[in-house]
Amino acid sequence: MKKLFSKFDFPKLPKNDKLKIVFLILALTFLIALPFFGFSNYWMNNLVKVGVYIVLALALNILVGYTGLVSLGQAGFVAIGAYTMTVLVKDYQVNFFVSVLIGGLIAAIFGVLLGLPSLRVRGTYLTLITLGFGEIIRTIIIVWEPVTSGPMGIRNIPTPSLFGLELSLSNGGLYYLVLALLILVVLFSHFLFRSKTGRAFRAIKVDEPASIMMGINTTYYKTLAFVLAAVISGLAGSIYAIQLGYIDQNTFTFDMSTLILSIVILGGMGTIRGMFIGAIILVLLPEVSRALMAYRFVLYGVILVIMMRFRPQGILGWKPKKPYHVTKNARMLFEQGHGELVKLNISNQE
Amino acid sequence: MIVQQIFNGLTLGMSYALIAVGYSMVFGILRLVNFSHGAIYAFGANIVLLLVSLELGILPAILLGILFTGILGIVIDKLALEPLRKQNAASITSLITTIGISNIITNLLIAFLGSQKKSFPTLFPDGSITILNFQITYTQLGMFVVSLLLLVALMLIVNKTTLGLAMRASETNIKAAKLMGVNVNFVISFTFFLGGVSAAIAGALISSYYSMAYPNMGYMSGLKAFSAAVLGGIGSLPGAIIGGLTVGISESLAATFFGSEFRDSVAFVILIIVLLIRPRGFFGKKEIKKL
Repeated sequence: MKKLFSKFDFPKLPKNDKLKIVFLILALTFLIALPFFGFSNYWMNNLVKVGVYIVLALALNILVGYTGLVSLGQAGFVAIGAYTMTVLVKDYQVNFFVSVLIGGLIAAIFGVLLGLPSLRVRGTYLTLITLGFGEIIRTIIIVWEPVTSGPMGIRNIPTPSLFGLELSLSNGGLYYLVLALLILVVLFSHFLFRSKTGRAFRAIKVDEPASIMMGINTTYYKTLAFVLAAVISGLAGSIYAIQLGYIDQNTFTFDMSTLILSIVILGGMGTIRGMFIGAIILVLLPEVSRALMAYRFVLYGVILVIMMRFRPQGILGWKPKKPYHVTKNARMLFEQGHGELVKLNISNQE
Repeated sequence: MIVQQIFNGLTLGMSYALIAVGYSMVFGILRLVNFSHGAIYAFGANIVLLLVSLELGILPAILLGILFTGILGIVIDKLALEPLRKQNAASITSLITTIGISNIITNLLIAFLGSQKKSFPTLFPDGSITILNFQITYTQLGMFVVSLLLLVALMLIVNKTTLGLAMRASETNIKAAKLMGVNVNFVISFTFFLGGVSAAIAGALISSYYSMAYPNMGYMSGLKAFSAAVLGGIGSLPGAIIGGLTVGISESLAATFFGSEFRDSVAFVILIIVLLIRPRGFFGKKEIKKL
């Protein structure tokens, strides 16, 4: 009997995995070496902006791509992170990195607040609540003048320093700060996707009632998805504030939220690679086509419409052809004779 | 003072209702938030202004502008949204498409007309009448009456004509309507046309109320009108009116009592509260989901 089971061949790690690792190492070296190519400040600025938007897209990807909840209020979380960091550093002289973490924490609290309505409200209506949230945050910025300086905005946001080294735009420090955050978030997304939590997220996306039946606490996981997206957006918001050097309520409009969502959908939701290509295209396009004046945003719209028409899954949104990765535990179970269970698992990848 | 503000709110609210019906009708049939509707409204206002400046006379200019905006609605549906329906695309795909369309329209307007605010002619004679010590300008009165007439006309179209019957059928069950011989694609295009027409009229009315028009005007009004549609219960015409009035009145009251910076977000606060207490809005039908 045991022999019969062992005949079933387990999927081996495909050969192109080695290629993938080589590619990743090359890409990483390239990204680390990038500032040494001697870009102008203008291009360093663009690079940092692209980096920030990749992080923001990865955050929203947890909501939209993994869990299937569409948020149009991400700019609100970015604003919370940016303002918390700025106010703490400028008015209370708190260390930059501590302020960034506090910003993430406050964003998390708002993430819980925004996640709770998902108990009662679903689909498009939930999206509307997030949209309202983004606008309300903007009003709070305008009205809470003693702290946020209201419509005047906050100028001269100081650049942070690490061990006495200033992390500015011109010496590439800010770039490396974004890169560090980006690598952390990419790793986090990668492992989240494959974790128990990630599987719960994906189950909710595919069929919520069915996942309730399977015993998944959907309320908990949906709120968790909101919190994770909020924290990452808040962290990215702090860096964005430094890059801009000036923030007011018009930095964090509905347009920012739609830009982040467009990056996720254009790149290919649910993937990590897609966020890179989406952000590069949608953030850099208006910059490189400055000569087109107002038409460059027309072009932006045309790209969105055409892409949705001909490639609705996104540029890099193909489905993995790799067989499901069988863990050591599952393999052991299989060899002990619980084969049917594992086989089900194998044929069941989204 | 309060009564005066309520009057202001009523007039604004009626025009919000006109924009809201466009959202409401499209959402009712397609379950799609048409984010390009704000841009359609801005297009309506700006095209009317452009035609007025060509000295066609005010009334022909407005009628032509309304017609063009209605056609724009059909073009959007035929070029961008109908192909997606044929592919059975996911709803997020259509959502992103409408965001893209909104970008295209707004920025084409900016490219051709410039982004600055331009003065819009008054459509109604100056002056005001006094009822029980309250001053109501002719503009306010005109806005209210025109919006009311249009909303009544829309309700008659939806409830009394064959085309309206087809619209309601598609709203209830698009597949069944198709099987019963309803030309669903025509019905949807017609819905977009009606939405465009009412948005253009709202655009002309609101622009003449504030006596200015500019390409980006659709952003806030669009979002507020959409909240109005959801408040009233999306897919319901009386709901759109009640929602529009709620948003209009609460906006004027908030601006008076708390200050004008609260004007824009009060609609969203009410929206969130209503959605949490009664997710389907005031008049919305409860959707039964079969598993």
